[in-house]
Amino acid sequence: MGLLVPSLSQASAVLCFLLILLVPLAGAGLALVNSGLGRCRSAAHVMVASLCVSGVAAIVYVAIGFSWQSACGRSAHLLTIGGKTWSWIAAEPFFLRGLPLDLSAESLIVLLQMFSVGLAAVIPLSAGSDRWRLGASCASSAVLAGWTYPVFAHWVWGGGWLSQLGTNSGLGRGFVDGGGASTIHAVGGLTALSISWILGSRRGKFSADGIPAAIPGHSPVLALAGCLTAWVGWLGLNSAGAILFAGAEPSSVVLIAVNTTLSATASGLTAAVVTRVRFGRPDASLIANGWMAGLVASSASAAFLKPAAAILVGIVAGGVVLFAIDLLETRLAIDDPGGAVSVHAVAGIWGLLAVSLLSNGGSDGQWLAQLAGIATLLGFVLPLTYVLNWLLDKFYRQRVDEEGERQGMDLYELGAGAYPEFVVHSDEFMQR
Amino acid sequence: MKAAGFLLLLAGWAIVVAALLLLPSAASRVAFVLAGIVVQALGLVLAVRSHRVLDVERG
Repeated sequence: MGLLVPSLSQASAVLCFLLILLVPLAGAGLALVNSGLGRCRSAAHVMVASLCVSGVAAIVYVAIGFSWQSACGRSAHLLTIGGKTWSWIAAEPFFLRGLPLDLSAESLIVLLQMFSVGLAAVIPLSAGSDRWRLGASCASSAVLAGWTYPVFAHWVWGGGWLSQLGTNSGLGRGFVDGGGASTIHAVGGLTALSISWILGSRRGKFSADGIPAAIPGHSPVLALAGCLTAWVGWLGLNSAGAILFAGAEPSSVVLIAVNTTLSATASGLTAAVVTRVRFGRPDASLIANGWMAGLVASSASAAFLKPAAAILVGIVAGGVVLFAIDLLETRLAIDDPGGAVSVHAVAGIWGLLAVSLLSNGGSDGQWLAQLAGIATLLGFVLPLTYVLNWLLDKFYRQRVDEEGERQGMDLYELGAGAYPEFVVHSDEFMQR
Repeated sequence: MKAAGFLLLLAGWAIVVAALLLLPSAASRVAFVLAGIVVQALGLVLAVRSHRVLDVERG
């Protein structure tokens, strides 16, 4: 799929540029969701951390990340296996040297990737909420942007071996992911899982016999406003990604916007109906998670689905994310306050499967290519990101100390709370 | 336990990649890819179960 950089007319390149300018709204929305679903005494910390990790990620990506990722058809290290040539890592100079930053497809890819890697770096903040030190989150995002993200993104978007499965092994169009369900969301979600494992749960989250305490998010309003902001960002992300990485025609942007919206709305409504039936009232936090899961699931397939299929993708995403959030918290003792693992990793993987199950004219072997991509996420990205963050933790402790967790991250690391006129409650809901 | 889980995840991925890159017949590819995914599922179960034990012990 997309083994050459697309050739864009001037008008298409300008359209693509304008769509890319919407992408930071996806990161802004995600930061609001993370902040709203966390505690009020860490609300400003989440927003500051979102800005800092996005900045670190963008700088590190431009400095070294793009050198490993690059774009289709540019210089790369090749391996010959079974008489076929496979690209495993790019070989570009550091700091974008030699790359003209104009309206060419390559330069649009660099711009989109700068924003995308920032979005991927914001995702794990949700899992580390209330206990992840600011400096450690920046260091972790540098590792993500400098190595994990670009290597996997080369394999998917840079002409690497996953994208070559179509031409070299006859598996449909090779691994397909138009808007970053794998490269951005599953990578970010699996990093969130690693961070949650390494940090451990928040103080008092689980009792000695493993029963979780409910620690509610402090502002559903922020979380839901984040969903609406992210929606706009996703329209740009899915459209620009499909044009630059999946060979979609610029005229398909309307279909992509329709499918993205249908998937998000169907997923959010599914979450509303399920929580209404299960708890007697719709749950605002879970509706926010459902909405975001629908956006994530749409990323891989929005350019390839009929609208009815996009609704189905959203309905399944909404159901799956509620099940996953419940499973992770109650059965697997994973403390992920914003649901990043479920929303980004689980819904992202569902979106990747949906490409082969529901897309227009799904070709032979496409499902094997999609399974290969999912296996790579689980077998390469998850162990790699865990080991890198575990090593980082050995040199630079990632979890704040007990006093910091007691005070809240705002006071302890920033010196002031997000809501100075409000009374911040103590841990009255914690199990003692 | 967690390390064993990660090793199984890695091993399953290696099976999938080897099957797709080296096996010529479609049927054997499908069989080995599915086998690799099953190995990875076992690895994931092992990794998450080991975390649950650790985290609950830690309180």
